[in-house]
Amino acid sequence: MTAKISIAVSVNGENHVAEVEPRLLLADFLRENLDLTGTHVGCEHGICGACTVLMNGDSVRSCLTFAVQADGAEIETVESLGEIDALGPLQQAFREHHALQCGFCTPGMLMTATDMLRKYPLETDDDIRDGLSGNICRCTGYQNIVAAVRSAADKRGGN
Amino acid sequence: MSPPDDIDLTRPQFVGAKVMRREDPRLLAGQGNYVADIKRHGMVHIAFRRSDHAHALIKSVDVSAAQALDGVVAVYTGADIAALANPYQATSRMKNYQATFIPPLALDKVRYVGEAVVAVVASSRYVAEDALARIEIEYEALPVLVDPEESLKPDAPKLHDDLESNILAAREFSRGEVDEAFAAAAQTAGGRFHFTRTTPVTIEARASVAEYDKGARSLTLHCTTQIPGIVRDKLSEIFDLPGPRIRVIAPDVGGGFGGKTSLYSEEIVACAIARDLGKPVKWVSDRMEDLMTTGNAFDEIVDAEIAIAEDGKILGVKADVIGDVGAYSIYPWTATIEPVQVVSFLPGPYRIDNYAARVRAVATNKTLTGAYRGVGRPISVFVMDRLLDMAARKIGMDPAEIRRRNLVNDDEFPYKAASGLVWDKSAFQACLREAADGIGYDDLRREQEAARAEGRWVGIGIACYAELTGVGSRIAVAPGMPINTGTETCNVAIDSTGAVTASFGLASQGQGMETTLAQVVAQELGVKVEDVDIVLGDTASVSHGTGTYASRGAVFGGGAGILAAKAVHEKIVRVAGHLLEAAEEDIETGDGHVRVKGTDKSMTIRDLARALYSDMGRVPKDMRDEIDNLEATKVYDPFFGTTTSASHMCLVEIDPETYKVEIKRYIVVEDCGRVINPSIADGQAHGGVAQGVGVALMEEVVHDAAGQILTASLVDYVVPSAVEIPSIDVVHVEAELPGTVGGFRGLGEGGTIGAPACIANAISDALSPLGIEIMEIPATPERLFRLVEAARAG
Repeated sequence: MTAKISIAVSVNGENHVAEVEPRLLLADFLRENLDLTGTHVGCEHGICGACTVLMNGDSVRSCLTFAVQADGAEIETVESLGEIDALGPLQQAFREHHALQCGFCTPGMLMTATDMLRKYPLETDDDIRDGLSGNICRCTGYQNIVAAVRSAADKRGGN
Repeated sequence: MSPPDDIDLTRPQFVGAKVMRREDPRLLAGQGNYVADIKRHGMVHIAFRRSDHAHALIKSVDVSAAQALDGVVAVYTGADIAALANPYQATSRMKNYQATFIPPLALDKVRYVGEAVVAVVASSRYVAEDALARIEIEYEALPVLVDPEESLKPDAPKLHDDLESNILAAREFSRGEVDEAFAAAAQTAGGRFHFTRTTPVTIEARASVAEYDKGARSLTLHCTTQIPGIVRDKLSEIFDLPGPRIRVIAPDVGGGFGGKTSLYSEEIVACAIARDLGKPVKWVSDRMEDLMTTGNAFDEIVDAEIAIAEDGKILGVKADVIGDVGAYSIYPWTATIEPVQVVSFLPGPYRIDNYAARVRAVATNKTLTGAYRGVGRPISVFVMDRLLDMAARKIGMDPAEIRRRNLVNDDEFPYKAASGLVWDKSAFQACLREAADGIGYDDLRREQEAARAEGRWVGIGIACYAELTGVGSRIAVAPGMPINTGTETCNVAIDSTGAVTASFGLASQGQGMETTLAQVVAQELGVKVEDVDIVLGDTASVSHGTGTYASRGAVFGGGAGILAAKAVHEKIVRVAGHLLEAAEEDIETGDGHVRVKGTDKSMTIRDLARALYSDMGRVPKDMRDEIDNLEATKVYDPFFGTTTSASHMCLVEIDPETYKVEIKRYIVVEDCGRVINPSIADGQAHGGVAQGVGVALMEEVVHDAAGQILTASLVDYVVPSAVEIPSIDVVHVEAELPGTVGGFRGLGEGGTIGAPACIANAISDALSPLGIEIMEIPATPERLFRLVEAARAG
């Protein structure tokens, strides 16, 4: 059960080769092995969405994904979206709309929204709410998160 | 509204501005520092074996196989921890209160499912959990008490052998002549209300990292607490260590909502083990542990009745409250905090001359209840505002009108409520009026009539409430508790580099206090907001502080911050007067500078600091001896605290197929005094209402007859997502500022206090053609279906 397996994963454009136990969760691999603690773990059973990352361009729960499943994959985490002093457009929209309070669900919200913004027209706010419905925020009541994603959606024309 | 004279209008107005939060860049970039993110060299990990019995004797514990597992560092039982940590309990001077000891790990008995029994320490959490499965515990089952009405009977089995009964607290309130009021009533209404048990569900579950420095004999605990000062003070007693050698730090904390305002067993165990092993230890709660052990909320049965006159005036109210407080009396708040608050606040913002209430806090084999956003008041308002609607329906009066007739009027403040609480002047009537205007109440009633004609279930709800916020030393947050929650400390210091730091005993869990308190201090000092560093959540920073709870952060932090900044400002002016050769009254500060009014003579505060601290000779010794430094520590005590009030209104429609309640409109009009940052204030209302929606419609901790928790995952304990929460309109009424320093009122809990009642009233209104009154929440589709079926069956 604990015999280690070699994996090669691209995380935020950087290649990593590691020996991991097959039971190691992707979330723990990112947080413990790579020190990418921006990805948060909120429930370990796939409901809250705090641990959402992109795997080969699709949002996944890193608490329900084993690190070995990410072998050969490209992973994107919140750390890829911008820097403290140079926030990306979605992060900036969250800041301007006061779309976060405690910040714990925020990385997952940002990654889910990134996926939504890349793939969907998001014509109505109901579309945005539907898209975010797998991510729980306990602080904001969602209103400002929806407004932030709306703002980012309206500005994305150039993409 | 005219500006009060304690604010200098010549300076930029940071207080009241939508300043963007300084916390955000790090949190958005994934660079926050939460407890679970902390790593230390040689750190080991704790996992807990928890009780799967609700009530049982522990006959034997065999940890040998766990100890033998590769990677296991140590295993601790209840007796092991008891040898390392002094026992503690939540005492109270309240009459008819019984305290319980709370063993950090169970000793001879377990009293709820999830209670920690054994702690395993291992090289990783994975290995620690492997070891848990190898522990053998033999239990002897005891009778399980899940029904508080059974538990309070004199012949019920006792949860704590050393206590007289399972009734941990009892209290009665009485004012006026209630029986006469009911005898004279034109109408009465009432019944049995049930407000079920919920749990906070912060998205960050609780966590601790404890370190012991053997050389310095000092303990450092990073934990997800709202009350670092209270935790530090108690750990000092538990471990016989002086305060300076225990440092409790709450770094970035992922939500609190009251769930992180108690001292938890895991914090004590982590400290005990760190000290015993001399290694840094970490424990991070998983969600199942969180749902089993974090202080639960509410859980009361209230038998209540209202008597009204023909004109809708309230003649009297009676209430009998049974609070199911779980297995132990939680530290520091005690088992009284939730149920006693229900009867204290039940009269609400209404004029009630005759009131009689009784409350009993009853122990059962369930998770402890503690403080959760609103504490008691969501139920008070649910009962009181439901009673008003039920009575209004009987006399054919509009629900808004009956409230208008009973809310305390502007000329009646200060008003002593029937339970003895005193409301200082707050905009009770204006909030109701503006909520009705804001939502277009009269138009909604017409729309409702049209919808009803089509057979749709559409309802309008109203709830009005008042709460005490920023409660000072005159009133204990929980009755008779022996700790001081009535003061907070702020130290403002300008150091020899000219940098400004303001340190508080408060802690932030998402309220944006690094931003709001910087706004307040910067305005008072005359510096830029970004030039004020804010230190929160670190017991090393001030000598006494408790933390953030009970809607106190803005009142206490703002107040203490203003007092300390004013004192430093006086020192700046003295030094500036000398350096700029001007009279002190001619000195003004702004933008990080001191200036002589009406001239171009100025210098930076940074240069002034250098002159005082480093360039000997620029400031004479006499003045330096007098001033010491550019630093001041002030303690603020609002004494009584202040009243925050609000009216909520909403429009709901119930789907006749699925029985799902859709909230179509929602407005909050609140009087929270001077608003420091409108974005943050609105955000507090949004989030509070969202949690209130969960309480009203979805959230419920369910136990079976054996005391097993049936809601131990977020699949079963359902909290609202983005599709269940409506857009919420928030209006702030700054009618007349209260007497608190800065004119702030607290606003953290209000949304959750008003929303359950507001929504329950709207649902009742929607179903009133069927004669249905919502007496129990959450109003889940299943409950509504059953109510409708029963009503149709006649």
